[in-house]
Amino acid sequence: MSNDLRALYQEVIVDHSKRPRNFKKITDANMHGEGFNPLCGDRLNLYLKVDGDKIVDASFEGQGCAISTASASMMTESLKGKTLKEAEIVFQEFHKLVTEGVSPDEEHSHLGKLAVFAGVSEFPARVKCASLPWHTLRAAIDEEANPAKTE
Amino acid sequence: MLNRVRADFPILSEKVYGKKLVYLDNAATTQKPKSVIEALNHYYSATNSNIHRGVHFLSQKATEQYEATRDQIQKFMGAQSRKEIIFTKGTTDSINLVAQSYGRNILKTGDEILISEMEHHSNIVPWQILAEQTGAKLRVLPITDQGELDLTKIHDYLTTKTKILSIVHISNSLGTINPIKELTQMAHKVGAVVLVDGAQAIQHVPVNVKDLDCDFYVFSGHKLYGPTGIGVLYGKEKILNSMPPYQGGGDMIKYVTWEKTTYNDLPYKFEAGTPPIAQVIGLGAAIKYITDLGFDFIQKQEHLLLEKATEALKKIPQLRLIGTAEKKSSVVAFILEGIHPHDIGTILDQEGVAVRAGHHCTQPLMDRFKVPATVRASFSFYNTVEEIESLVSGIKKTLEIFK
Repeated sequence: MSNDLRALYQEVIVDHSKRPRNFKKITDANMHGEGFNPLCGDRLNLYLKVDGDKIVDASFEGQGCAISTASASMMTESLKGKTLKEAEIVFQEFHKLVTEGVSPDEEHSHLGKLAVFAGVSEFPARVKCASLPWHTLRAAIDEEANPAKTE
Repeated sequence: MLNRVRADFPILSEKVYGKKLVYLDNAATTQKPKSVIEALNHYYSATNSNIHRGVHFLSQKATEQYEATRDQIQKFMGAQSRKEIIFTKGTTDSINLVAQSYGRNILKTGDEILISEMEHHSNIVPWQILAEQTGAKLRVLPITDQGELDLTKIHDYLTTKTKILSIVHISNSLGTINPIKELTQMAHKVGAVVLVDGAQAIQHVPVNVKDLDCDFYVFSGHKLYGPTGIGVLYGKEKILNSMPPYQGGGDMIKYVTWEKTTYNDLPYKFEAGTPPIAQVIGLGAAIKYITDLGFDFIQKQEHLLLEKATEALKKIPQLRLIGTAEKKSSVVAFILEGIHPHDIGTILDQEGVAVRAGHHCTQPLMDRFKVPATVRASFSFYNTVEEIESLVSGIKKTLEIFK
């Protein structure tokens, strides 16, 4: 197997894709985002329970490839306990990681376990799979911030 | 023989990720033989010029080659007249032309257009648009679990209300070969006009429009070993004559005044503007290549590949074939239990094996089989049995990773 492939399908990613964590609907969620990738048909519903500016619970439902499912699963794990502002910082770092393959030095990184997605940057066709859950997160937060948006 | 044929296609000796390219995405587009690449090169190096209007040497030469391709296609498809061969941008363009120029003028509220569950988006959406414009109803003939048209239900769908039957000759997602001649007979009995989407058929089986008796037959050049950007609409002369122009512009007119414009005769009436001249000439070279090779060889080799691939894939217990019609072209589509097609596609790609993973522009069909997508390997006569082994070994690698 090629090294790139091994880097993409790390054990932890395969594990999360087969047994996604937080794969359910939170009934008392107060933020919700819907993600859709028309190119491949991946669909995702993201639920957040936010208290003040702190994310106290996060979950998702949907269907997608191993990369998008693992990304959603690990994202919901990572979000719990973070403030919305901290989540945005992780979003930025994750985005840089999967698009450019650049991770912040260990000391300043907020990625934690999400660093396993570094291999995605070698697969341009798969970047959207990894970033779909994160764009859905942003949509969920933005929608809440701008509820008047109808277009 | 096969080695000689493979040597005609320069791209087949390319490497990807340092591995031999195994190109199994021929239903998406086919590779080009040297003769096609040479024809394009020669046209731009030696005869490039606009057609139908120049008095100079090059223009006449280009016009000759362009029109000679029309004659060649007429012969290739068994059409009665060269006037029945219209150059378009491709299959999609051809279907839209018929929908808008023919359909829009004859359909009324209450009329029906019939398609099937296995159609490509290009044979769905133009009819949805037309139905919306005219008030006609779009109906969809179901298919069986094997991926064959459910002909037991045909009389519920094909009735005197049906004005147009638009049906795929060979399914791009399933490989199913449809009984076009029989369907055309049935449609004509109820007074419907028949369009056949031949995008996946023209390169695999001999097509004779006179024998099929369909009213329209459409295909794309790039799936027939020719260039992109060129396609063909065959239409019966009488029907084409009754249709108004699809687009207005240069070349499709006889005389233009502020008061009135007289349209050109067939086939030029439907070829507004400067056409893709190089692509037409390239398509001519592709058809010559196919004709010289012969459908006997093509069908024999592709049938062998279909048999070998089906046999090999059936041995993988986690694999489910989607599309198991009795009459099939060289397409095998499948899913692996619990593994998304895109992950399979990525892993195969790393092995140098190019397949298509996705919905293949047939989303309603994916819904029908309750799968988000499939992996599709589609073979051409230039593929080999060893390449099927590469496919199988890639699938096994995928299963290993997701163990």
